[in-house]
Amino acid sequence: MTWFASPSEAATRLGQTGYLSDDSIATSVFLAGVLEKPLLAEGPAGVGKTQLAKAIAEATGADLIRLQCYEGLDEARALYEWNYKKQLLRIQAEDDAWDDIFSEEFLLERPLLKAIRAERPTVLLIDETDKADVEVEGLLLEILSDFQITIPELGTITAGRKPFVVLTSNATRELSEALKRRCLYLHLDYPTPERERDIVRAQVPGIAETLAEQLARTAATLRALELKKSPSIAETVDWAHTLLALGREILDEQTVAETLGVVLKHRSDQQRAAKELGLR
Amino acid sequence: MIDRHIGFVHALRESGLPVSLAEGLDAADALRHLDLSVRENLREAYAATLVKRPQHREGFDVLFDLWFPATTQGPPKHHDGDPREELAELLRGDPNTPEFRAFAQAMVERFGQVQAGPGRQSWFSYPVMRALSPQTLIARLLGERGGLPEKIARQRIATNIAAFEAEVATDVRRRIAEEQGRERITRSAVKPPIDRRDFLRVTKAELAELRREVHPLARRLATRLSMKHRKGDRGRLDFRRTVRASLQSGGVPLTTHLRPKRPHKPELVVITDASDSVASFAQFTLLLTFALREQFTKVRAFAFVDTVDEITGYFAPGADVLDAITRMTGEADITRFGRTDYGQVLTRFEERYASALTPKTSLLILGDARSNYQPPNTETLKRLTEKTRHAYWLNPEPRNQWDTGDSVASGYAAVIPMHECRNVHQLATFIEEIA
Repeated sequence: MTWFASPSEAATRLGQTGYLSDDSIATSVFLAGVLEKPLLAEGPAGVGKTQLAKAIAEATGADLIRLQCYEGLDEARALYEWNYKKQLLRIQAEDDAWDDIFSEEFLLERPLLKAIRAERPTVLLIDETDKADVEVEGLLLEILSDFQITIPELGTITAGRKPFVVLTSNATRELSEALKRRCLYLHLDYPTPERERDIVRAQVPGIAETLAEQLARTAATLRALELKKSPSIAETVDWAHTLLALGREILDEQTVAETLGVVLKHRSDQQRAAKELGLR
Repeated sequence: MIDRHIGFVHALRESGLPVSLAEGLDAADALRHLDLSVRENLREAYAATLVKRPQHREGFDVLFDLWFPATTQGPPKHHDGDPREELAELLRGDPNTPEFRAFAQAMVERFGQVQAGPGRQSWFSYPVMRALSPQTLIARLLGERGGLPEKIARQRIATNIAAFEAEVATDVRRRIAEEQGRERITRSAVKPPIDRRDFLRVTKAELAELRREVHPLARRLATRLSMKHRKGDRGRLDFRRTVRASLQSGGVPLTTHLRPKRPHKPELVVITDASDSVASFAQFTLLLTFALREQFTKVRAFAFVDTVDEITGYFAPGADVLDAITRMTGEADITRFGRTDYGQVLTRFEERYASALTPKTSLLILGDARSNYQPPNTETLKRLTEKTRHAYWLNPEPRNQWDTGDSVASGYAAVIPMHECRNVHQLATFIEEIA
């Protein structure tokens, strides 16, 4: 199946789900679809990496299968596992059951196997790949390049329909060259104020255009300061929700000072922003 | 098109981007599916398939603009009025418009050509920026004065000026490439990525960029270090976890679990040269060591020019880093005559802070070992290093400049291992080694 017909079509359809893309997002999403290659989205927290996978699934009407990576994630959690307890019970119940305890019935499907065997179009989201141990990357290599899994007792399972794979990473460690080589790379960064304004307006219905503009400009100003953690898009959107809930219509010094905690989560960052922006 | 593709990939490799054969093929494959007349799609297709590290993106964009230059829109529009008026108008708006680019190109056309030698003309950015001097427009463009609105407007105009400067630079390179060939400019146009730039030669803007890298870098290093600590030799059998896991296989302990070993965390004492010549290096390294403080049991820092003072207090957890640096240079007692004197500093350190060094500490000295022809006091340094578990000296100068002029690098290197540490990359490698 073709996922998207062209970069501009990808942009429109992602836009319909409320995800505003730019040239680089639309082009790489389109290419990941036609080349059937995984898409590696890297960037700071809260710029919409996970959201991108969700938007792709929604725009194409595909199922979303998510594998959340964490330290200590292993094959049994990512790929498949044999259901020991059921196997034991079967052996105890029937004496001649030794042959068929390694069959479909006792296989516990985990996200990767599920995505490979899926009948329907599927988006496979491998979230926070950098949190997993290096060994997991080795496991991913076979799956991402050939879309197949080898289970010793059952043989090799090949994907009938290749899933659209999105990997995300916060770059807390560098992923291996081998993994990067197999992926298309998309670096998501903080948006331009113009794009951020549109994102805020799309995510927060009912916000006045001037307020969205002010929010985006203020966020851009905050990001230009030397902070420990710059405000992310998600935080700007939270900020917009906050202001709406408080019933504020303009963003003046007073309001910024009162609500700075929504976007800046370190005390030293708040002090620096208050000083540089002349609040209080 | 194939020739151009191959040439482009080759130029990328030459400027230091690791582009593998397979990635080049992926890019060519991607081009088949795209409408090549849309330039931005072409750029992003190349970026997605070839550029796998954000630090390389800047160099990639420069080369892309050279190999796939933007078409100039027809005959240049006449800019009869005062170009500064027009620029002021553009700086108020959105920089991502064709008019913005067209204006930059027209200005290069008008001001950018300079006599580079007898009978030779070339293109440059600075006459354009001098003729238009956008910085002087800021005051007029700031509509609202004071407080938050002014800050926001200022930030917006500064971003737009930077965008204008980038457009001018791109067009200048394009014109040079047209006249003198692409290959010639390719080599000089691409700056090394930020983590390979020399500390001693960074500009003010680059230093700010470096400081912003401190926390991501510290986080990356910390992850890698804790991973390193967890691996390797494991400790004793963890009986409880092993039995717990065996329940899943009917009481048979199929897999054993071991207790993690206690990580080794050194104490760190940093002595840093705070004089102007190495300030950017010393600042960056100090920030990084404090950002990494969880990896060490204790970090103490001392700074000196010609006398030495403790500066640990300025870098308390949660303190603002820029404040810390300003306060450090302002308040700490580190200067008497203002000329670096390593020998004097070592003696003073031994007198006042010798107790900071124990057999558990790692000593880290940061400096260029340029002592203004004063006696180096190598013996004192030797005594100090003998009290510690490890001692290292990081020198931000390239190795081939050691011992030139007033540098006594190899004198010190005889008693303490001295490492060349010119850029972030070398520093990160070093820290990973010692922690």
